[in-house]
Amino acid sequence: MKMKYMLMMNSPREGAGGILHWPKEDIQAHIRFMVGFAKKLRETGELLVAEGLAFPDQAKRVRAGADGKPITDGIFPESKEFLAGYWIVEVDSPERAYDIAAEASAAPGRGGAPLNMAIEVRQVMSGPPPDMM
Amino acid sequence: MTESSDRRIEHLLREHAPRVLGAILRKFRDFGASEDAVQEALLAAALQWPRDGVPDDPRAWLIQVASRRITDHVRAEAARRHREELVVSLVPPELQLVLPRDGDELAGRDDALVLLFMCCHPALTTASAIALTLRAVGGLTTAEIAKAFLVPESTMAQRISRAKQSIQGSGVPFQKPTPEETAQRLGAVLHVLYLIFSEGYTASSGPELHRTDLSGEAIRLTRMLHTLLPEDGEAAGLLALMLLTDARRAARTGPEGELVPLDVQDRSLWNAAMIEEGVALISATLSKGSLGTYQVQAAIAAVHDEAARAEDTDWPQILALYGVLMGLSDNPVVALNHAIATAMVHGPEAGLELLKALDAEGRLEESHRLDAVRAHLFERAGRHAEAVAHYRKAAERTTSLPERNYLLTQAARLNDTR
Repeated sequence: MKMKYMLMMNSPREGAGGILHWPKEDIQAHIRFMVGFAKKLRETGELLVAEGLAFPDQAKRVRAGADGKPITDGIFPESKEFLAGYWIVEVDSPERAYDIAAEASAAPGRGGAPLNMAIEVRQVMSGPPPDMM
Repeated sequence: MTESSDRRIEHLLREHAPRVLGAILRKFRDFGASEDAVQEALLAAALQWPRDGVPDDPRAWLIQVASRRITDHVRAEAARRHREELVVSLVPPELQLVLPRDGDELAGRDDALVLLFMCCHPALTTASAIALTLRAVGGLTTAEIAKAFLVPESTMAQRISRAKQSIQGSGVPFQKPTPEETAQRLGAVLHVLYLIFSEGYTASSGPELHRTDLSGEAIRLTRMLHTLLPEDGEAAGLLALMLLTDARRAARTGPEGELVPLDVQDRSLWNAAMIEEGVALISATLSKGSLGTYQVQAAIAAVHDEAARAEDTDWPQILALYGVLMGLSDNPVVALNHAIATAMVHGPEAGLELLKALDAEGRLEESHRLDAVRAHLFERAGRHAEAVAHYRKAAERTTSLPERNYLLTQAARLNDTR
């Protein structure tokens, strides 16, 4: 039975804009890795969706005001972690989802060293659990 | 059946789709029902032709099958309502079997044109007009269109069905537009075709294959429009612009999908045949007078494409053409490109001066493009620290991943060598 997981990539410790200050070679290595990673998962048929998100200073926090109209604030309040992008994969076991997350986590960073960034893995809910059916 | 013959059939079906739909619509009037019937006929052909061979007159075959489907539907509907008599009066028996041949080639041509104008109806949103054009004129399935625009099929189906209802509700008759109507609505038709092309050309996200199909489809439809209206300069201009832009496709992206800017593209990868066709088309059109924005943009693209090396580009001519374009269109992106051309002719500081004027207007404030161009001009002026800062600012603001990767790399390259 296939299960879906959302793999959420948080920005590395140096912050979302950190990559802006990496050397060219490191940026290129990182992009190469990410492109190859997505391609590989697409080939195994495990990748459903992968998206990178725009930098956090483009983000707006929205909630409805008293009149139901959206209220947006300018920039997010300070926070150590931002969602940088996500993958949704369909795999045979949670272990496989963790393996994929670990591979993504080890994407090369500054100087080619693995970033080891935190990847949050959460199962996507779809229908009732098997034992309730 | 071989793959190439399947492709040939697919091509044939797309060619015939608008004229078949036009013929059915002329006879049965109901846009939604006609469109469904033609889709069913196309599907039947896609299944049968590879097996049984292509009929001698494919269009007549399609018209006959679609007519039969539509009469079947009308009959089923009527039977349910016990109104058999009405059906008989609505659809003469001879029509249920054989339709008079659309032997009049002119009628077929007019049908395609009317259909294109209906699909780009001003009552529709641009998104709906694009979807409907691709489906009704282009003969693409809803699933194909949904895939190209990366939306769920149900969303696209809804969009198309709403568009059909709007057209039905607007009461626009299916007839050849008057010359005044043609002139009024041609702008919308060209714009929709241009947007379909841009969607395919930008390839900012998603599996690229489908996007490539889309720009090919836009070229095919614009070619059709140009054939129908050979005297119209803007239709010719738009076709030339598409050909001259699409000719660079193979050189535009690197092995990892990264953007390769015009001045460093491997020009041996450009499609010489498309360039030749585009240049011939725009040269013939420009000599006829009455200038529009698509023609000028095509002329600019032609100047770029005719340079064997980036450094051979005739920038004074491009600058002059942007001057003309500024007079025709009040678009800040045109002003931005004008500043780039100015920098190429009169030096980067002159370009940066013009950007200050754009700043003052504030119309591009939200766009990362202003930062990207500024970064480029600062770099050319040797002001590297400022260039790095603006490349980074542009990278932070763009929402296109390949573009962000490109800008990040530019900033890093310059920063590394500083």
